[in-house]
Amino acid sequence: MDASSIAAFVVSTNDVFRTMLSLGVTAGKPYTCCVVPRFENEVSGIIGMSGDVQGMVVLSFPTTTACNVIRAFTGMDMDPSSPDFADAIGELVNMISGAAKAKFEGKNVSISCPSVVIGRGHKVQQPSDALCITIPFECAAGAFSVEVAIKSARAATYATGGAATSNAVTTNTTNAAKAA
Amino acid sequence: MKVMLVDDSKTMRTIQRNILMQLGFKEIEEACDGQDALSKVSAFAPELLLVDWNMPNMDGITFVKNYRAQGGKSPVVMVTTEAEKTRVVEAIKAGVNNYVVKPFTPDVLSQRINETLSRTKAA
Repeated sequence: MDASSIAAFVVSTNDVFRTMLSLGVTAGKPYTCCVVPRFENEVSGIIGMSGDVQGMVVLSFPTTTACNVIRAFTGMDMDPSSPDFADAIGELVNMISGAAKAKFEGKNVSISCPSVVIGRGHKVQQPSDALCITIPFECAAGAFSVEVAIKSARAATYATGGAATSNAVTTNTTNAAKAA
Repeated sequence: MKVMLVDDSKTMRTIQRNILMQLGFKEIEEACDGQDALSKVSAFAPELLLVDWNMPNMDGITFVKNYRAQGGKSPVVMVTTEAEKTRVVEAIKAGVNNYVVKPFTPDVLSQRINETLSRTKAA
């Protein structure tokens, strides 16, 4: 993963928040995911990438920030346990990932339908052979992060994506299927 | 005018519905994927369709190909995160009339809808 890939996610996150939520965001200095995070993950939207670039993208929030963000996005207050809340988080990570992959020039990349994990202190296990970079963001709704673990398909050797651990609720926003 | 919204995200359908209502469209039907849309087009007979690309069960491109193959002639605007030029070309070849990349502002979506309807009227 090179600097231009990270820049693509900074730009796409800024575009999505500015255009769809009318919120400006400030990106902090990216760091590797092995550094202790600034906050406990409570709400995460996850997208897989396949094709010439493989890996995953995780948009993570503390619950308070997620609620503020969803209010800005939909114009409504939503309970984090409602399917509509997960749907909205899924759509945000979908737009961020889609806009970022469009900047991978000359690469044919597909993105998966999003999944959403909600639960205190969960960890999304990124693929072990891809460097995971966390991009911290601040906005008026609070702090959040975009974790990116992608690599060129030529170097990819893993066959499966990551997994979420803890007692979180995972929602495939497409099928609205839930599993503890 | 009857409009069909095809998107697996309820959030996105609601955002688009609100924009359409502000533009004066009142008859709006929703479908959560291509399969759902195909099952509804005959009965609803939309005069404009807004279609997402990435959806489960049947994606937007497959839906548009099926819709055109069945004789569906109404204009289709693809509203998607797929922004690469190759994807836009693929969509046009499949029978899409206009293209909006997410994220979008209400102004951009409104403009593309009006543009699409004007072109269809003129043809």
